[in-house]
Amino acid sequence: MSDAAPRILRAERVSRHYAMGSAVIRAVDEVSLEVGAGEFVALLGSSGSGKSTLLNLMGGLDRPTSGAMVVAGRDLATLGAEELARYRRHSVGMIFQSFNLVPRMTVEENLELPLRLAEVERGERRARVEEALDRVGLQARLRHRPSELSGGEQQRVAIARALVNRPTILLADEPTGNLDSRTGTEILTLIEEINRASGTTVVLVTHEEARADRIAKRKIFLADGRLVEERKPN
Amino acid sequence: MKTYDLVELASRNLRESVLRNSLTTLGIAVGVASLVAMLSLGIGLQQLANRRLEHSGLFDSVLVFTPRGPEGFGPRRAASPAEPRRLDESARQEISRIAGVAEAYPEIRVPTEVRYNDRPFRTVVEGLPPSAAESAAMEGIQGHFFSKPDAAEAILQADFAKELDPDTARLRGRPLTLVYAESVSLGNFPPGRSPTGPAAAGRSPRSDRGEPAGFSVLRKEATLTIVGVTESQPNAGFERFGRARIFVPLDLAEKMIPPQISALLDSPVRQPAPPAQAGSAGRPTDGPLYATLIVRVADVKNIEPVENAIKRMGFSTFSLQDATRNLRQFFAVLDLFLGIFGSLALAVASLGIINTLVMAILERRREIGILKALGASDRDVKGLFFAEAGVMGLVGGAAGVALGWAIGHTINLGANIYLQRQNLPSQTIWLVPWWLVVGAIAFSLVVSLLAGLYPASRAARLESRC
Repeated sequence: MSDAAPRILRAERVSRHYAMGSAVIRAVDEVSLEVGAGEFVALLGSSGSGKSTLLNLMGGLDRPTSGAMVVAGRDLATLGAEELARYRRHSVGMIFQSFNLVPRMTVEENLELPLRLAEVERGERRARVEEALDRVGLQARLRHRPSELSGGEQQRVAIARALVNRPTILLADEPTGNLDSRTGTEILTLIEEINRASGTTVVLVTHEEARADRIAKRKIFLADGRLVEERKPN
Repeated sequence: MKTYDLVELASRNLRESVLRNSLTTLGIAVGVASLVAMLSLGIGLQQLANRRLEHSGLFDSVLVFTPRGPEGFGPRRAASPAEPRRLDESARQEISRIAGVAEAYPEIRVPTEVRYNDRPFRTVVEGLPPSAAESAAMEGIQGHFFSKPDAAEAILQADFAKELDPDTARLRGRPLTLVYAESVSLGNFPPGRSPTGPAAAGRSPRSDRGEPAGFSVLRKEATLTIVGVTESQPNAGFERFGRARIFVPLDLAEKMIPPQISALLDSPVRQPAPPAQAGSAGRPTDGPLYATLIVRVADVKNIEPVENAIKRMGFSTFSLQDATRNLRQFFAVLDLFLGIFGSLALAVASLGIINTLVMAILERRREIGILKALGASDRDVKGLFFAEAGVMGLVGGAAGVALGWAIGHTINLGANIYLQRQNLPSQTIWLVPWWLVVGAIAFSLVVSLLAGLYPASRAARLESRC
């Protein structure tokens, strides 16, 4: 973590274990790390190393078995279901490898979903949707359904949806996993621009170190659920 | 999430699986239609029975008489300050002003002789108020009701009319002579003097108080025009002097001043009283004394309070209130059972809602996960599925009411065609009152929400994983 940046996220010996029959799967095992406000951090590791589980714990989609996940001074492990939902609604935006757009809804309706959940007034919604689409360069696709868009466009819509409630943290889980190399680069460039322009903290999960080297300020390596290494990009 | 957003999203979700959701909604509509059809049949039959009974004059009327009884055959009491109040014109006016009373009129039913084509017949004449025109007895009248309240007209009971002329249609417009006895007051005894022997025809028991001395009976004749023939007679259940077979306007009957049987025991029906003694409570008055008043109420439900109010005035009453109470109880039970049977279809339809929503959860598992990742709380997800159940219930309820109304309307139509072919008057057998419309839609909404309870809870429990 950069010494100058105030800390926005802190994991303190966070563990997430799953019981599978008599066996215990240690998806995340006593991981401690810190992320500064406005920082761009990449979580790296092979498949099954626990990086997506750790990201879900950061996003409040899951709760740690033990340890603390402190975001903006609040330990997510101690929040109630309603407070956790409010955290996901207002403080964090998430993008996924499979885009996770609602296929039967148009781009506009997909972007409106978080605004409806945040109880943003109907009159303001349109402006917020246009603003978010403007940032990802998809103003013309307002009335299209996801199936009418390319993979790169769908991921841009997902980014716009993650940003529409103006979160302070953007969590990206393998956002280029389903995209060709060129489109993947474009998406990462877009995420980097968002980080730089608005100061949004970004935690990016990827298994491509070369891409992380290009845009991340810090790389954290996980293996078998444990944090094994932390270093600056090459 | 705001309510309008929930409803908007729910409606949008329902439009996605149009066929499945339409079939579920149709199931609700059929359930509600069955409920509405059953209940509207019960309500319609109840109203039909009430209407027939009210028109019969049996259940919306109270007979009022002095505590001694309408015929005066009860024990005589000596004159005292506690003497029962007289059933006179002032009492009639007072009774007419009681809340819920539609009218109060004297019962005039007199044995008399009738001459038609110079042939004599003995029968009973009854005076009818103008309101009798609306009674069930007058529904199938050949001819018409009296043209004026005091018209010199007569309506004949059908059997009696056949005795006069087998072709009853020829009777209309023909004259009929009524021979009757009119009583004339003999004036008052001086105060403090009592008669020593019986009067010519009748004597007041209170003659020693300076009250009427008695009356004389004169033979009178009146020529009336026959204006109608009716199969039955109004107030048939209250007859006591024998079945009346000729009906004349009440005002005319009152002018004839027939000597009531009670008058032989009480006092002349028309008697002047000294001004100083005129009053209403236990005092002689200027005007007729009535043996019996028939008090008709505007609504059968008013019978009991009206009866109580009249009793408080010091009169005795008689009504068929118990019979109407039993009838209302019968229809309440009938409505209950019809409602239960009608609700069965709605109960089955509610299973359809549960099935549809559980299917929707399985299909939209991923979507629910996305919603939660975007910040939807358990309450939001639950609310969304609740709203979907509610929209189906509301739309199904409204469609069901329309369907139930259409079924009822069609059966009404069919039943009336059948009644017309049987030469019977049209009837409203199915009735859908406004409260049933509102109640059925609300019931459908509540049942649908209850059906949505389990699926909504199940959806809310899904984890926020994508």
